[in-house]
Amino acid sequence: MAVAVIGVGHTKFGNRRDVNVPELAWEAMKQAFDSANVEQKDIDFFVVGTAGLWSSEAAVPSLMAEYAKLGVGSMRVEAACATGSAAIRVGYTAIESGEADVVLVLGVEKMQESPNPTVIEIIGRFGSYFWEFENFGLTFPAYYALHATAYMAKYNATEEDFARVAVKNHYYGAKNPNAQFQKEITLETALNSPYIAWPFKLYDCSPITDGAAAVVLASEEKVKEWGIEEKVWILSQGVGTGTANLSKRETFTSLKSAAFAAELAYKKAGIDMDAPYKQLDGANVHDCFTAAEIIAYEDLRFAKRGEGVELIRNEQTYIGGRIPVNLDGGLKAKGHPIGATGVSQAVEAYKQLLSKAEAGRQAEIKNGRWLTHNVGGTGHYSYVTIYSLEKR
Amino acid sequence: MEEFKKAVERNIAEYGFPVALDEKTGAMQWVDMRKLELSYLICIENIAPFFEGMREGKLLTTKCKRCGELFFPPQKDCPNCRVSEMEWVELKKEGVLETLTVVFVRPPSFAMHDPYTVAIAKLDDGVRITAWLRGDPRKVKPGQRVRVEISRRKEGYLMYELVPIEG
Repeated sequence: MAVAVIGVGHTKFGNRRDVNVPELAWEAMKQAFDSANVEQKDIDFFVVGTAGLWSSEAAVPSLMAEYAKLGVGSMRVEAACATGSAAIRVGYTAIESGEADVVLVLGVEKMQESPNPTVIEIIGRFGSYFWEFENFGLTFPAYYALHATAYMAKYNATEEDFARVAVKNHYYGAKNPNAQFQKEITLETALNSPYIAWPFKLYDCSPITDGAAAVVLASEEKVKEWGIEEKVWILSQGVGTGTANLSKRETFTSLKSAAFAAELAYKKAGIDMDAPYKQLDGANVHDCFTAAEIIAYEDLRFAKRGEGVELIRNEQTYIGGRIPVNLDGGLKAKGHPIGATGVSQAVEAYKQLLSKAEAGRQAEIKNGRWLTHNVGGTGHYSYVTIYSLEKR
Repeated sequence: MEEFKKAVERNIAEYGFPVALDEKTGAMQWVDMRKLELSYLICIENIAPFFEGMREGKLLTTKCKRCGELFFPPQKDCPNCRVSEMEWVELKKEGVLETLTVVFVRPPSFAMHDPYTVAIAKLDDGVRITAWLRGDPRKVKPGQRVRVEISRRKEGYLMYELVPIEG
């Protein structure tokens, strides 16, 4: 059974101390219901992606059932920073299997309910706790920095190359009214910011964010029954898992789980493995840190190994280039409310494919396909999803 | 944060609730009065020889008696053979640095340390190890030979670290 995204909702990302957890989640849910033109009674099942810990509420699905008057089954999903995509997977497979017809998927995170030092302490634990955090204090930027330095050493990339990713993503973030940072930056600004975990400086890192995003998924049958015109299909999804402990990995210049997920997704969607970018109109990749975006270009086969850095140097991931990437500002400028990020990427895929993105950040839609790449931890979990205007 | 806490104390007395205004948005926040302090108990019963080895200056790990796979960090069970017949072997305490980073923004639980270098090295036995790297991180790069040294850390207990080999 084919599955479509028939409605989307997305809050402003950033400091959302103006609302509490259910109020924030409802903002996204309300928009998703309105855009899908459904009522609560139409929903068969709902999935909530939230990593939590930094925010006060733990039983979010139940909290939302109460707040939003949803009287059906629910579940909470967690896959670190890929939580949102994991939630979409649960919704997607529920429909694909025939278990449900219409599913609401909500991603929500209110990270700023805790002070920054607490958040740093919590995120540092998204690895192999005892052998990495407890004894050696590896922070989350440091996990990715271990990859960035390996990449620099192997392929002669520089800190300036990484900064170019930040410049691009802030350029597009400035055009996205929902982004946390709506300001362009220069290469100098990025390069002159203080070190967080060498080689990463402040502007190489995605921020701590509050935000929510929601999508309504429906079966092909429901789409027909309701005569839904505005929708995008989930063509395929690949999932990969990496080792918890980074020292158990053979390479630091690639995330094996992401390359694995990409191959699965391409295969299922019938996309050419040698030049997948020729069949896509754009992508959202998991740029929690600048170097992660460059490594993603290679794991997704947008460039050969070692040549991802050329894509950013030659502005090939801006609109008009080989493949536009992160036209919503990415995690870097749009913000990274962990549980909401994967769902936010789905919202962006929907907007881009239906040409609903804001002026200056709308890609040209020729192939009718958009890719999202959502990584949990440092490649601990990877989800690659391909959205399409045409059903397979 | 200190200002925030003072405002809460003042507001409990004056306003009647533990509230404060957010500095950026001016939105009113209820400041949770329930503190959560977490500290876990992690079982090391089945890898205790690793810690005993460190006390003697040795780096020990497990090797499957059947298939011979070497595991580091040490583990109790061999997933290949699905049996738990392991022997404890001593690792060569030398290898090659593969990657490193310097942690400038530290978690609060590491606040007593200066910025520290975390590195991953591949030991000559073939396994990889994550540890702090001693010395100036600017003087090393991937490919550098390193040795593992067991030393006492600032907190008072034993730990292993990576030390560059000169020359």
